[in-house]
This record gives sequence, C-alpha cells and structure tokens, in this order.
Amino acid sequence: MKLNEEEQAMQNGEMGEPRRWAIEHMMRVGRFFDAEDFVEVTQAHIMADTESLGESGIEFLEGIAAKPHSERQVRIPMITDPRGIDFCHYRRLKQTDLMASLEQRAIDAFEAMGILMTNTCINYQTIMPPVRGEHLAFGDTGVVIYCNSVLGAYSNFEGGPSSLAAGLSGRTPRYGLHLEQNRRATRRFRVDWEPVHLSDWGALGGIIGARSGSYWEVPLIEGISTQPGSDEMKHMGAAMASFGSIPLFHMVGVTPEAPTLEAVCDPQQIAVEIISEADRDAFFARFGGKGEKVDVVVFSAPQLSLLEMQSLAELLDDRKLHPDTSLLAVTSPVVAADARRMGLVERIEGSGALVLEGMCFYQSYAREMGEANGWKRLMTNSVKLANIIGGYGYEPTLSNMENCVASAIAGEIV
Amino acid sequence: MQIIELKCHVGVGPVVSGEALVTDDNFSARYDLDRIAGIFSRPQHKLAGQSYVDRIMVFNTAKGGVASAWMLHEMKSRGIAPKAILFNNVNPILAQGAALADMAMCDRFEDGDVTCLIHNGDQVTVNPEIGLVTITRT
Repeated sequence: MKLNEEEQAMQNGEMGEPRRWAIEHMMRVGRFFDAEDFVEVTQAHIMADTESLGESGIEFLEGIAAKPHSERQVRIPMITDPRGIDFCHYRRLKQTDLMASLEQRAIDAFEAMGILMTNTCINYQTIMPPVRGEHLAFGDTGVVIYCNSVLGAYSNFEGGPSSLAAGLSGRTPRYGLHLEQNRRATRRFRVDWEPVHLSDWGALGGIIGARSGSYWEVPLIEGISTQPGSDEMKHMGAAMASFGSIPLFHMVGVTPEAPTLEAVCDPQQIAVEIISEADRDAFFARFGGKGEKVDVVVFSAPQLSLLEMQSLAELLDDRKLHPDTSLLAVTSPVVAADARRMGLVERIEGSGALVLEGMCFYQSYAREMGEANGWKRLMTNSVKLANIIGGYGYEPTLSNMENCVASAIAGEIV
Repeated sequence: MQIIELKCHVGVGPVVSGEALVTDDNFSARYDLDRIAGIFSRPQHKLAGQSYVDRIMVFNTAKGGVASAWMLHEMKSRGIAPKAILFNNVNPILAQGAALADMAMCDRFEDGDVTCLIHNGDQVTVNPEIGLVTITRT
C-alpha cells in the first residue's frame, strides 16, 4: 500500500505504539482486499460489547488505554455501539456482577482513549447523521447499511479492531464501498406488495439479504410506492445486513445515489427478480409459535427511536402484561432521556414492561439471560433479532408491534 | 495419495495444517456458534452440533455480525478455535478479525467453488502469505 508521510510516521512508531499497531493492522486488511492506499475518515463508531470482547479483548483495550495520553487518544470523533449492560437494571435481568465488572473495565479503557460513550446503534437518528460522500469507519452492520444507502456516506463494515484502528489513525484502507465502482447495483428486486408494518419492511430486507447473500452484492429495490421513513429504512437495512451481510442497497427515487434506475446500473444487464406476497408470507411462516406461551417480548435490534417508543406507549396505555411474560423495550440513552422527560417511559413501564437503555438484547449475554430467567419463546417485531436469537437457544416468533404487545398481555402468541 | 494445490487470493495469518470441515453454508461467529463448547449451535446451520476446534473450516461466505471481528481473537485466546477459515468470498469483518487474531484466512479461489474443491476430512495446509492451499487426500 502507498503511505503518505504521516502514515509512514505512524507505521514507524513515531506517533506511539497504538498508532503503529493501527496502521499495521489496517495494512494487513488492506492487502487482503487490494487497497492501494488509505482514505481519511471523519468519524468512527465502535462495536465492542464485552460478550464478544471477552477477557482477551478487554486486555487488548486496556493495553492501549495504559499508554501515554498523547499516544492513546483517538484522532477523530469516535462513538460507541450499544453496551452489554444497563447498570440500572442488570440484576433484574439476572446478569451477573462479573459481567458488569467486565463492562466497567471496557468503558474505562474507551474513556481513556477519548471515545464518547454514546452506546447506540441509531447514531444516524440521534447523534450526528453523516453527510453524502463522507468517508467513515462505522461498526454495527445496521448503522453501516443505513449510512451508505439512505445518507450516501461511504463506509465498509468495520469490526471493533478496525474501527479502533481508524479512530487512532484517522484512516481506513481504500477498498470496498470507499470505491465508486463497488457501489453500482448488481441485483434488481421488484416488490409486488406494499410493506405496512416495520416488521414488513424488516421481512423485505431479510428476503433481499438472503437472496443476495454476499457483502459484494448491491441490491436495487423497485416497485414500492409507499414512502418509507427513517424507522422503515432502519428495520429493512438492519435485516438485509443480518441475513445477507449486505452493506448497501439502492431504492429508485428514494435513496440519494439512485434518482433513476440508470444512475446505479445498466438495466439491460441485470435480470429483475420478483418478491411476491407469497414470499413475504413464507418468510413470516419460518417463525412459528402461534398459540404457544410467550416468555419474553423484545423490542430491540435496532434500538427504538422516539417514535417507536411513542407507538409502544400508546399500545400499552392502561394495560397490564400477563404475569408470566416479560416485555423489554431497548433504546439509546438519548432517546431514553427524551422518552422519560415526555412521560413515555412511565407509560410503558406502567404495564409491567421494562425500558432498557444503552444496550442491545442480543449483545447482552442473551444465552445466560435466557437460562437465568427461563426465557425460551421470544417474540419480536425485529427481523434482525429473530434471525440472530436462535443461535442463543431461543425460539423466535416474528410479528408486528401490535401483535407482540397483544401476545405479551395474553401470555400466549396471538 | 493425491496432492492437489489450490491458488487463492493472498490472505492473512500463519501457515497451518489440519483436517477440513466443509459446508456450502455461510458463517458468523456471533450467530452460529456456542463458543464455550466449541460447536455450531444455531439449529438451522448445516454443521449444527459439530465441533470446529482445530479444524480447517470451509464456508461459502460470511454473514452479518460485526462482533465476529473480536470473537476470533477471543476464541483463539482460549484455544477453542478453528486453525483456519476458508471462504469463496469473505466480508471485511472476518478478514479484520483474522488480522487481529493472527488466524489463517483466505478466499477467492481460482479453480471455482472451494466448498466443492475441498472435501470433509481432507488434510489441508493453508499458506496465506502466498495464497496457496494444499490438499493431501488418501
């Protein structure tokens, strides 16, 4: 890879050991993907919950945090993805003190590096939405696909180590979605039904993700006349990334790089694939459970926006959950503060539900929580969560928010 | 005994040898594994119930899940990890994770679908530095 003077200084260790590690790490990744040089990035976002970090990952972070102040500080604004613990509620969730102490060690290390503990996967709704053409190093696949597709920013999926390397150096290797030629559509999907609920948008994302199936495919969506809002795009993108590792999609007339079909592909070169109502119904049918007892209803992945919190409050007003069913609503610290101030948290929790902030259900020791609380049948409107959580020993059921709430009140899946 | 050489793109990690465990399914460390027991735990995965410890894993591609980048490092630190992971096409997350963990990883094989070229139980040597995988088949 071609390095400029400053990058060479970092590689030579002249700017401290953390920046030397950062450049070396990114050169290994850059070589893997044939990057010719680095690109400057303006923001970094790191996914690093303690369940995935483990003891070894925390020690790695503490090693950097122990370096002199001038060497360990990140060079660009850097923020965090959800944590694994909400310190106000972890005992109620039957998470352990050991989990909380690992979490605190990771937080201490991040703060020593100058990283802002935003603890959110909806930073594009709540913190600092990127601008079209901005090069970024964002973690969390849902954040990346949203920022690339809806906002027209440029980011690859950056795992924790690479995101940290980008924060320390202000660079990322120029490959993948930092290059215009990799942002052209490679698949065309025509949808012959209109998504209504957020879970419908999620299902559409899941179907497209599963059919596309590779980081290097770029789906183009046609045929939908319903105007999606931010939450619709959030659920669709997160599901597409979860099912197919997809980092970018286009929607003709909606997303910024696709004002027309011709702007993102040669329409003659790509066959149109139909996504029918039958495909949608088959997708939902994969997740069974009707009539069964529901142990826990979870709204998470991605964290809820203020508008989703409002919808949930309206559905739960003056109602009580079934005594054998838990309901968790997971949001960002910013949204939680607003929701509390506006009385939404009180309305939601008045039903017996619990509002959690700064975490995400599946990155919070979900297996251990499930075993400790006797949670097996999980119901959600998040296609991403329904996809993931089977690997943690749960039996997921997917439906819209209204049905999820009705089931939590009935104690069984309606 | 038959020796077959497969050229692939330059990868990351050290030269390693071991027994292949092959599937045409995809991979995510977060979604698919019980990392404590060292087995595939997601019931829908084609390798559900099988151990990945010290194997040369062969998959089609990688799925979502940024966490996998930390998880390879964590798995290797406890010695409950594959020796190498080979893909037809990998996403950046897994490549980044292999770079941190110093785990052998390669993709983009010149002779076609690696999940067909390598068979379950083959003895395999992976040399990421030069992009070469050698199969010894008895």
